[in-house]
Amino acid sequence: MLTETQQSATESESQMRLLIIEDDRESADYLVKAFREVGHVADLASDGEEGLSLADSGGYDVLVVDRMLPKRDGLSVIGALRDKGDHTPVLILSALGQVDDRIKGLRAGGDDYLPKPYSFAELLARVEVLSRRHGGPAEDTVYKVGDLELDRLSHRVVRGKEELTLQPREFRLLEYLMKHAGQVVTRTMLLENVWDYHFDPQTNVIDVHVSRLRAKIDKGFDRPLLHTIRGAGYMIRDGIR
Amino acid sequence: MTAFGKLIRTTAFRLTLVYLFLFALFAASLLGYFAWNTRRLITEQITSNVNEEFSELDATYARRGLRGLVYDIENRALRPGANLYLVTTPTGQALAGNVAALGNGVMGTTGWSETIYHRLDEPQNKRPHRALVRVSELTNGFRLLIGRDLEERRRIFGIVAKAAQWSLLIVIVLGLGGGIFVARRVLRRIDAMTGTTRRIMEGDLSERLPVGRSGDELDRLADNLNAMLARIETLMNGLKEVSDNIAHDLKTPLTRLRNRAEEALAASGSGADYRQALERTIEESDGLIRTFNALLMIARAESGQVRGDMADFDAAEVANGIQELYEPLAEDNGMVLRVKAVPAPLHGNRELISQALANLVENAIKYGKPATAPRPPAPPGVAAAAEPPEILIEARREGDSVLLSVTDHGPGIPEADRQHAIERFVRLEASRTQPGSGLGLSLASAVATLHRGELQLADAAPGLRVTLAIPAHSGEGQGERV
Repeated sequence: MLTETQQSATESESQMRLLIIEDDRESADYLVKAFREVGHVADLASDGEEGLSLADSGGYDVLVVDRMLPKRDGLSVIGALRDKGDHTPVLILSALGQVDDRIKGLRAGGDDYLPKPYSFAELLARVEVLSRRHGGPAEDTVYKVGDLELDRLSHRVVRGKEELTLQPREFRLLEYLMKHAGQVVTRTMLLENVWDYHFDPQTNVIDVHVSRLRAKIDKGFDRPLLHTIRGAGYMIRDGIR
Repeated sequence: MTAFGKLIRTTAFRLTLVYLFLFALFAASLLGYFAWNTRRLITEQITSNVNEEFSELDATYARRGLRGLVYDIENRALRPGANLYLVTTPTGQALAGNVAALGNGVMGTTGWSETIYHRLDEPQNKRPHRALVRVSELTNGFRLLIGRDLEERRRIFGIVAKAAQWSLLIVIVLGLGGGIFVARRVLRRIDAMTGTTRRIMEGDLSERLPVGRSGDELDRLADNLNAMLARIETLMNGLKEVSDNIAHDLKTPLTRLRNRAEEALAASGSGADYRQALERTIEESDGLIRTFNALLMIARAESGQVRGDMADFDAAEVANGIQELYEPLAEDNGMVLRVKAVPAPLHGNRELISQALANLVENAIKYGKPATAPRPPAPPGVAAAAEPPEILIEARREGDSVLLSVTDHGPGIPEADRQHAIERFVRLEASRTQPGSGLGLSLASAVATLHRGELQLADAAPGLRVTLAIPAHSGEGQGERV
């Protein structure tokens, strides 16, 4: 289900504790198994009440919450947690995948929203980004990956000794990739976070942007930093860490 | 339910009953008032007549004594239609008058009373009449009775009572008859409507309710129901068409998916072969999901469910953003994507309008290459031949509308096909070989409809210009919800 590259990449990540609140037994089991395979710990709650009490007991890095749950609706679980001052990142899974549902979910206190059906690679990438954001905010002014440096204040990008000229959008793309260096970033995540669009393009428009960026930062250097993760997305990292 | 049972349960009939009751009550009280007043009037007349005669006789008695009184009474008693007179001695013996018999104790009490009596000139076996009499004591213990027959009063009362009976009977008969008539008339029309409705429910949506020419409330109701039926029929036909299309366009990739899986299973391939088959399966299902999402989005845009997220923004920004996003893709396809945008404030769903515009641009990139000069895809890095085909995004305001248009210089769409092209899943013959769900234009059209605008296809000579024309204030003044 996962490519070798992705698996090895996630293994080196610190282990996450996840709580999955999902009433459909089969997809819940699939998620628990899939998360365990990549080295995370995942607990399972099959309704809203159980989910809330498990989440209350604390210690989770990310909650994955289905919107439609028996006993207590997903959004109300999130609302209850936020009311108690619990700011554990929450990713909402929902069969209601339209724009307004997404906004409703985020307003209710969710941190990210993934419409069903989703690919596990996408879910994993998003959960890892959420957990990182929660753990230590990557708010440094200078991002570094290998010999590539990006200064967020002066908007300068330097690889080795060479200063690179990037278009504003290329800069933001690189900034996002470097903020999540070592993590898989999917095409949808890029479209959402760099361009602020939430629709599914029918074409490979993101790939074209990434390959242009790659031409600027990797071309002519012997060690590539921007990697394509098959079946998932992209990752920027120093080849050997 | 029997026909009669149905009849008496109609609203018209029940209303008739209520009116009937009220009317009967009214008639009864009117007649009662009349009877009571007549009786009072007659009584008053008798009283004053008797009183007058009493004072005359009293005067006679005072002037001429008992003899004079008796003489006067005998005279008066002989007149036609005379009152009743009786004079008695202190011992109760009759001295004069025309009364043969009276009720017991009438002469014993002075003042007014009602009594039965017999006249002297009548046979004893005749039914006794009633009379209103006044008894007074004269001097020396003599008593004088003057009275008047009450037969007239009784007769008038009888006439009134009879009139009351008849009028009540007529009111009831006419009322019931009218009620039944009206109820049957209404019932017949309702039954006709019910019959039609039943046929419609059984599946014949083309049936319509009968509408009369009177324009009354039932006709208006039937008219409205017919309009509703027409709308339902259109929706049902649309739904049927969509489900046919879904069946066709989703089943094709599903069949492909299944065939591949089967093929991979049948062939004793290596792990790499399986992997490849699975990857293609995932790819194919992603395509299916995209198609499905687009369909849902169209359905929701068309039903107006996403109106909640309306906000103010500049259409020029949307145009610039989309150009920025797709410019590299266009270049990779050997085209240039340009934008010409002037600020055009708009109230609407930014996300949906962006998506609609993105669809138009994607279409232009896919189909907008000049057909006459097929160009081999330029290898990356190598400069393309001079003047690559151009795609132009424009944003501007024209009158009350904000226009967002995408113009390409491809083969265009023949005028006859343009309306057809907007329909769901339609991929014109020329484009069958290109990948895509065939929903791009329909989504753009649904988004335009959601904003009370329209999607226009025009000839760019050569090429196609697709314009999203949206009223600048589509969300304001008309409420946020439909």
